[in-house]
Amino acid sequence: MDSGARPNKSLDASTVTSWVRGRGVYVAFVVLVIFNLIVTPNFASVVTLSTLLITVSPIVLVSLGVALTIGTEGIDLSVGSVMALASAFLPLYLGYGWPVGLSVALLVGVLAGLVNGSLVAFVGVQPIIATLAMLVGGRGLAQIFAGGQSLPVTDPVILWLGQGRLFGLPAPVIVAAVAVLVVGFLVRRTTFGRYVVAIGGNRSASYLSGHPVRRTLLAVYVISGLLAALAGVVATARLGASDPSNIGLLIELSAITAVVVGGTPLSGGRVKVVGTVMGALLIQLISNTFIANDLPFTWAQVLTAAIILVAVYLQKGRGVV
Amino acid sequence: MSTGSADTEGLGGSPAWRERLFTTLQRRGAIVVLILVVAVSAVVFDNFLTEQNLENIVLQGAFLGLIVVGMTFVIISGGIDLSVGSMVGLGGILAALTVQVSWPLALILPPLVCGLIGFGNGLLIARAKMAPFIVTLAGLLGIRGLALALANEKPIGIGGSSPFDWFGQGQILGISVPVFFVIIAFAVGGLVLARTSYGRIIFAIGGSEESARLMGLPVDRTKVIAYTTSGALAGFAGALLAARLSAGDPNAGLAWELDAISAVVVGGTLLTGGAGTMSGSLAGVLLLSILQNLINQLGTLGSYAQQVVSGFFLIIVVVVQAYLSRKER
Repeated sequence: MDSGARPNKSLDASTVTSWVRGRGVYVAFVVLVIFNLIVTPNFASVVTLSTLLITVSPIVLVSLGVALTIGTEGIDLSVGSVMALASAFLPLYLGYGWPVGLSVALLVGVLAGLVNGSLVAFVGVQPIIATLAMLVGGRGLAQIFAGGQSLPVTDPVILWLGQGRLFGLPAPVIVAAVAVLVVGFLVRRTTFGRYVVAIGGNRSASYLSGHPVRRTLLAVYVISGLLAALAGVVATARLGASDPSNIGLLIELSAITAVVVGGTPLSGGRVKVVGTVMGALLIQLISNTFIANDLPFTWAQVLTAAIILVAVYLQKGRGVV
Repeated sequence: MSTGSADTEGLGGSPAWRERLFTTLQRRGAIVVLILVVAVSAVVFDNFLTEQNLENIVLQGAFLGLIVVGMTFVIISGGIDLSVGSMVGLGGILAALTVQVSWPLALILPPLVCGLIGFGNGLLIARAKMAPFIVTLAGLLGIRGLALALANEKPIGIGGSSPFDWFGQGQILGISVPVFFVIIAFAVGGLVLARTSYGRIIFAIGGSEESARLMGLPVDRTKVIAYTTSGALAGFAGALLAARLSAGDPNAGLAWELDAISAVVVGGTLLTGGAGTMSGSLAGVLLLSILQNLINQLGTLGSYAQQVVSGFFLIIVVVVQAYLSRKER
């Protein structure tokens, strides 16, 4: 943006500022890690690291879907309730074998995504309202189907998804990592990814250019629903029981925070996959830091709020790059 | 709106009276539905129209109603305020903490502090040009954290029957005090919105902020005032709720921002800003309140079904509105 004819010193300063602006989430993460290395006892241990990665996995999964919807200038507030729906349905059909139970749970997420997506793409309902209705109604449905109670999950394959390990890596982390790779590939290497960004940048222009706007929007919400259902399955497996009242409660806030702190603007037109993962890690690390140091957890919320404001304030000046 | 092709339709189309009917239905739909629901309920449920039940309905909606007044201004200006639910929690805690010192302070401090936070929200949105959704989302998280921290994560009881309790449990002219306040809030809010230049500026900003700015309207100041009002009303609602419950609960008002947004949207105010009425919002609050009351009366439906019905209801209303506003064009 600046013209090149500037004294060297000031050029350096502005380069540094813009570098920090673009990578604020990484800087904050590194600072927090260093802080923890000094202050938190036993921070640099495998257990601490794997706890962090396991607890962050469901947040990463839902954040990816939310990032896609925000990329189209939409939003998905219903991810937490979709997690609850998947959690409620998972034990109901596990009697027919784990493939059936798992498919049903994921299918429920796809259905929820279809409802959200149809309302947004075909009826023209604003995403915040369509998914707000799903947020309110979805958890109620989940509780009705679960009979208001928590059912145990005993299937070893499903339990492995939450508690198992492969080559020493916790299974939830593998699931999340695969999802990150797939979504990253979708966003960077496919036409679908280009459509998502184009719709978020300028929907009318995208429509006039002949992009399949409605189909893409529908797909985005379906993917978000599917990822949320997957997160619900992983969280349920980790607990060893369904818990439609608590699973995914308020996770939409963490997800939106992760996405925004990670550098995806709410105005759409860009999707930062790696940034989103870092954002999720950052907010999880904040709460872990507070817990590990016996600090009042509520202040973690206040700090998260401050970080959101600073992150967004820093990004604000960058405009469309 | 949905595909961008709408711009090319514009001229020609349905006759004027039909357009007017659709517009009226969209703007006044909530009131029509409200009257229908009341009429049907009065016939179906014997004890619906009893004084006690009506009082319950109105009281149930009173605290949310205060928030909705502020939210209506914010949404018509094209913004959103997600922090109000947390402000209810903070307001209640502030009231509970100060009531032992002096009861007038317990009434004044919550709206003052929450108004100040709202002022901060407004500055970040209007001056720093940050997205309202994000600023108030941070508010939602941070203010709830603050309320929980101040209260040590436990409700704080308000012992004794100081005059403070009267503001939640007493009556003026036969109506509950919180209801009295919400009536005043809606009346003043409605007047300001429809009859003052401030109200016109709110509409202008919601219609097109750029145009409003080019016309020389005080856009920034107007927005800051809207968010300040929204915060102050939410804090006041929190104080009244604490007086009603004889306790400040740091978790009070959880997810109320969603109820408030639903009420405003059901009331026919467009989330895109630039259009809406205070009477619609009032009808929206009453509708949500009645819906809950009916579900309670049916008894067979649990609280889970209540959520499903609320979500479904919201979607029906919004889909109908989307249909009507498309026809309108």
